[in-house]
Amino acid sequence: MDKFIYMDNAATTKVDPEVLETMLPYFCEEYGNPSSAYSFSGKIAVKVGEAREVIANAIGAKKTEIYFTGGGSESDNWAIKGVADALSKKGNHIITTSIEHHAVLHTCEFLEKHGYEVTYLPVDDKGFVDPKAVETAIKPTTILISVMFANNEIGTVEPIAEIGKIAHEHGILFHTDAVQAFGHLPINVDEMNIDLLSSSAHKINGPKGVGFLYVRTGVKLSNLIHGGAQEYNKRAGTTNAAGILGFAKATELAVSEMDKVISYETSLRDRLIKKVLEEIPYSRVNGDLKKRLSNNANFCFKFVEGESLLILLDQNGICASSGSACTSGSLDPSHVLLAIGLPHEIAHGSVRLTLSKETTEEDIDYVVETLKKTVERLRSMSPLYEDFVKKNEVK
Amino acid sequence: MSQVTEYSAKVLDHFSNPRNVGEIENASGVGTVGNAKCGDIMRMYLDIDENNVVREAKFKTFGCGAAIATSSMATELVKGKTVQEALEVTNKAVMEALDGLPPIKIHCSLLAEQAIHAALWDYAEKNGIVIEGLKPPVNDIDETEEFYQMNGEG
Repeated sequence: MDKFIYMDNAATTKVDPEVLETMLPYFCEEYGNPSSAYSFSGKIAVKVGEAREVIANAIGAKKTEIYFTGGGSESDNWAIKGVADALSKKGNHIITTSIEHHAVLHTCEFLEKHGYEVTYLPVDDKGFVDPKAVETAIKPTTILISVMFANNEIGTVEPIAEIGKIAHEHGILFHTDAVQAFGHLPINVDEMNIDLLSSSAHKINGPKGVGFLYVRTGVKLSNLIHGGAQEYNKRAGTTNAAGILGFAKATELAVSEMDKVISYETSLRDRLIKKVLEEIPYSRVNGDLKKRLSNNANFCFKFVEGESLLILLDQNGICASSGSACTSGSLDPSHVLLAIGLPHEIAHGSVRLTLSKETTEEDIDYVVETLKKTVERLRSMSPLYEDFVKKNEVK
Repeated sequence: MSQVTEYSAKVLDHFSNPRNVGEIENASGVGTVGNAKCGDIMRMYLDIDENNVVREAKFKTFGCGAAIATSSMATELVKGKTVQEALEVTNKAVMEALDGLPPIKIHCSLLAEQAIHAALWDYAEKNGIVIEGLKPPVNDIDETEEFYQMNGEG
């Protein structure tokens, strides 16, 4: 059989068979609309309520604070636009960071066109946001601080509790995009001073097309999706029962296995990072080595370009991603790699490998071997490498 | 968007098995075009005989799959041609020979055309001749020192 190694779990994950099994009855058998009056649907509504409870418990929230959405991007849009609208009389300033997911960044850019002012905080060379910089950026008009829990590209885990504390000391709402963190890291909304939190099911072996927004009781939030009375009258649209029940099952599994998975993935991730740095010259790891998602490794290989590296990895059965311009569909490489201070030409040569609990040591070793060969091959045809070698010969 | 499914079979073939990779020692003409900042640099070497025929063409490229494939195809297309004929190998010709490129990769074929022109310009300069219709290359290569001094973890 041909090799197939999936190392793009930050992009999406495989649906767990148990999750699928939980969902299946809700397509052809229990297909009722949970909002309907009859018992055929009512029992599904009860199940959705139980699912809400499971998810609320996973972050130390109340059941009535969980609102199901169509995914992480919707949750981010809703949190930011919803607060901006609800508090428009109070102020028009939002603080966020330069390394957020586009679901946050582009939403903020949209609001800027509508009279809002946004501060995009810089990060240090490991991708950390400085809580002091958050405090300094606060103005009398600040209505929301939005900082991601963990970065999707370089895996850096932000000092969320500290930033939340600052937000609350100043009476400002705090939102965190926890799409990469929920189910992967312990989260407690009270201890971490979080008012709004976005999450998505498909990053934790759940289905695509479902997520939630946690909204602390008392937080004023305008609706984004108008229509029916679903989700406590806050988010219209026929309840995605199968998706929600699958999400709850995935959450249950993720929470119960979390410690085990973190330690397993961490050891594989560290093996991967160590071997790549040792065996491939002119490579670097991006992000912090400790405060990092357990499944994330992100490298730059000098003198090569990311897209060609991805195609060669693909031809060797490896699924990975890159922050090169060619893979982002724009002229600039990843905004995250630029934000941590990498020059464009280095950022073009990046590769992100994100593991799962199914990744094996053998997979890691195969990936390192393949990377080594492909990087060598691309360097052999790189004029930048040729110049570099000649320059060193002269010295 | 998947890169792999957007490329034609020919592009993938020329990327996976690039023709004429390498350098030519004492080449008749060498041209380097592109910009590391934008993610593509192409260098083309031409060996041109006394009858003005391109005897050999080689390339080195830093760039995406399309950049490597267009470089490979460009070297194939200029080989055996006279200098005048080589000048007429346009980006369109390179693209057609590869059965097309995704729209966002068209600039790679332009780069290939520029690489041919830059190598021919170098040849003309070295030999003190004027090639009719050839314009001087735009050299926008940005090789910052930073690039060679990347510090990583470990």
